[in-house]
Amino acid sequence: MLVSDNLKLSPLDSIHRELGASFTDFAGWDMPVRYTSDLAEHHAVRTSAGIFDLSHMAEIYLTGPGAGAALDYALAGTLSTIPIGRAKYSLLLNDLGCILDDLVVYRLGDEEFLVVANAGNRFVAAEALLERARGFDCVVRDESDAVALIAVQGPNALDIVSGIAGLSVDGLAELGYYRCLPATFDGIDVVVARTGYTGEDGFELYIHRDHAVALWRAATVAGEKHDLLACGLACRDTLRLEAGMPLYGHELSTALKPAQVNAGRVVDMTKENFVGRQGVEAGVFSGAAVLVGLQSEGKRAGRADYDVTSNGRTIGTVTSGALSPTLGYPIAFALVEPDFAEIGTVVDIDVRGTAIPATVVSLPFYNRKAR
Amino acid sequence: MSTPENLQYTKEHEWVRIEGDVAVVGITQFAADALGDVVYVDLPKAGKAITAGAIVGEAESTKSVGELFAPVTGEVVEANQAVIDSPELVNSDPYGAGWLFSVKVESLGELISADAYAALIAE
Repeated sequence: MLVSDNLKLSPLDSIHRELGASFTDFAGWDMPVRYTSDLAEHHAVRTSAGIFDLSHMAEIYLTGPGAGAALDYALAGTLSTIPIGRAKYSLLLNDLGCILDDLVVYRLGDEEFLVVANAGNRFVAAEALLERARGFDCVVRDESDAVALIAVQGPNALDIVSGIAGLSVDGLAELGYYRCLPATFDGIDVVVARTGYTGEDGFELYIHRDHAVALWRAATVAGEKHDLLACGLACRDTLRLEAGMPLYGHELSTALKPAQVNAGRVVDMTKENFVGRQGVEAGVFSGAAVLVGLQSEGKRAGRADYDVTSNGRTIGTVTSGALSPTLGYPIAFALVEPDFAEIGTVVDIDVRGTAIPATVVSLPFYNRKAR
Repeated sequence: MSTPENLQYTKEHEWVRIEGDVAVVGITQFAADALGDVVYVDLPKAGKAITAGAIVGEAESTKSVGELFAPVTGEVVEANQAVIDSPELVNSDPYGAGWLFSVKVESLGELISADAYAALIAE
């Protein structure tokens, strides 16, 4: 199969080809969609562990005495007060209070923050941060091309990451969720974070691209006795869907405000001034769609863009959906009229001409702690 | 990727095996791989009259949905119950136990040879 030469290649591309991965164009990157089987990879993350290449994600650094204040102005949440070694989920809003991207922000030092944005929004996020940080005493650097990201996710993740030969890190076992630690791998700086997008315990390892292959191989060796499986983006999508995590371009977009997508808590209205504040204050128009979780019976899943109906009238749209590999029944995110958002409401999903009943349920669909 | 010589193919990535006046139909390894793990199939029922080129069913994976096109005109003899019960057969044995349905043939649709199909998927 030909590889289009205008797609960007991951620093781990040679490993994926060696493993015989199937590839997909993801936001302009030629990334592994699966290595063997979507289902096997999905189940590996739920029951043992999976290793993912996420080098397409965007890494933007803010450094300097004004970095925290710049982020407080640029983003929906308050970042300046999080302690060193903490991570926080946040949103990048436009002037109207609508969502430009969702991000994870790590505080690496007193005057150093790492902002991780979606690959497809790299330039939107980097340009917005650069623009908004003007007048603050800090430097914004888009290091997306230099930084590789490897995630190890699943119940065996701690055993695997702590067994990576050459990875020198203190306090890994005690590292809490949404926290990060500086580490080295054969003398090269690594940020080890207990974060992820799968609904399982796990780690994300940020390292310079030149050393990504060596780190992947070392993690693979450490994973041999812990049933570690290489995992593609297909299972990442079903994992995050089960975990009730939104995906930009599906559940989040510039047409939506945080309150519509259960993200009102991400916005800190106690801050005096930040981009999007007036838009958020203005609220949403009455009847604006809200994000819900839908569960149905049988095997036929609603998919993105399918209509959600009630008594034959269209009342919403599916944003993501799949037959849940873990739960065994179809699940979906949908944007629906607020009158249909209450838990327990029964609606229909128009699955290619057939109305499949679906019930509004609480999120997440899957919770490892409740298992 | 294997493209068995004894089968005929369609440009919609289905295979057809002619046995007397009956055609057995499945999807190719290429199509199964592209879909990913098949988790649901909707097949035409026995007795249904189908027309070459028309959509007669679907194969759904965790990631996507593929429509099944009738490769021949005729009457459905049997839908493969084993695949309805265990859709993963489409991935594990697309040219064998993963066959989808059989048709008593009135006329063939536009079928291509194994070589032509292999060339098509190599593009």
